[in-house]
Amino acid sequence: MSEAVIERKTYFFVWAVLLAFLGVTVGVAYIHLGWLNPVAALSIAVIKAVVIMLYFMHLRHSARLVWVFVGAGFVWLGIMFVLSLGDYLARSYLPKPTTWLP
Amino acid sequence: MDLTVAHQFDDAEQQQEASTLGMWIFLATEILFFGGMFLGYTIYRAMYPQEFAAASRHLDVVFGTVNTAVLLCSSLTMALGVYSAQLGSRRMLALFLGLTMLLGAVFLGIKFYEYYQKYEVGLIPCAGFTWAGPNPNQTSLFFVFYFIMTGMHALHMVIGLGLMTVLVLLTRRGRFTPSYYTPVELGGLYWHFVDIVWVFLFPLLYLIDRSS
Repeated sequence: MSEAVIERKTYFFVWAVLLAFLGVTVGVAYIHLGWLNPVAALSIAVIKAVVIMLYFMHLRHSARLVWVFVGAGFVWLGIMFVLSLGDYLARSYLPKPTTWLP
Repeated sequence: MDLTVAHQFDDAEQQQEASTLGMWIFLATEILFFGGMFLGYTIYRAMYPQEFAAASRHLDVVFGTVNTAVLLCSSLTMALGVYSAQLGSRRMLALFLGLTMLLGAVFLGIKFYEYYQKYEVGLIPCAGFTWAGPNPNQTSLFFVFYFIMTGMHALHMVIGLGLMTVLVLLTRRGRFTPSYYTPVELGGLYWHFVDIVWVFLFPLLYLIDRSS
């Protein structure tokens, strides 16, 4: 029914790539990179997630309407993170009131 | 007349596209459901970085890595299951669904053994939490997030195993053909999504504070 059947060897290749990235992410975690450690870990996680979605979840050959809905899910996730962190991380920027009203 | 096409659809392809779209809409709500927990984790990690780092180093990287590999393998067998359904190979479909369930069960087994280890050393919040280091209250927050996030993920795995059981039964009854295997496709989408959640949980909980 779905016109594009992804070939079997593609699935094995994708699986090997995912396991390779797993090795890389564990290895990088033991190298001291400071603030780059979380950045590296999250970048690899994003790459793995995109690969899984494109191939295992067939997104690559899905209707473009599906892409819009998947994109919407991540856009709303982004809004949630940006607005919430914009609040919490910026709280220390403002001086605390020195006296409290009773 | 094709009995597998409901009357509101033009053809089987349109029906499958509608089902796939519906599944992705559900998965978008799941992104936000897990996203809320990831957000809470991010905020508290930013608030208590030292405590979260110290707590994170008490997780077992070997178990975490093995479990990630197990889950990635289960995603492969799931994808091969859908592939077998597309080719109409009922025997291979049942085999790959069974393998997927087996790997899922292995994941849960390792996960619960990890939970048991945490229980033994008293790292479960509200159940005899003991922490020798500084700031036990802030440190216990990390474990609150750890247990709720991995617990929610494990619950999704259990639900996934239930879905796989249904798919195996339907396969054995011969319900799937190359022109109709939508439940297998959608079950696969769910399984891969749960895999993706773990792909983010693993580095954030186990890895990012290893070298600090």
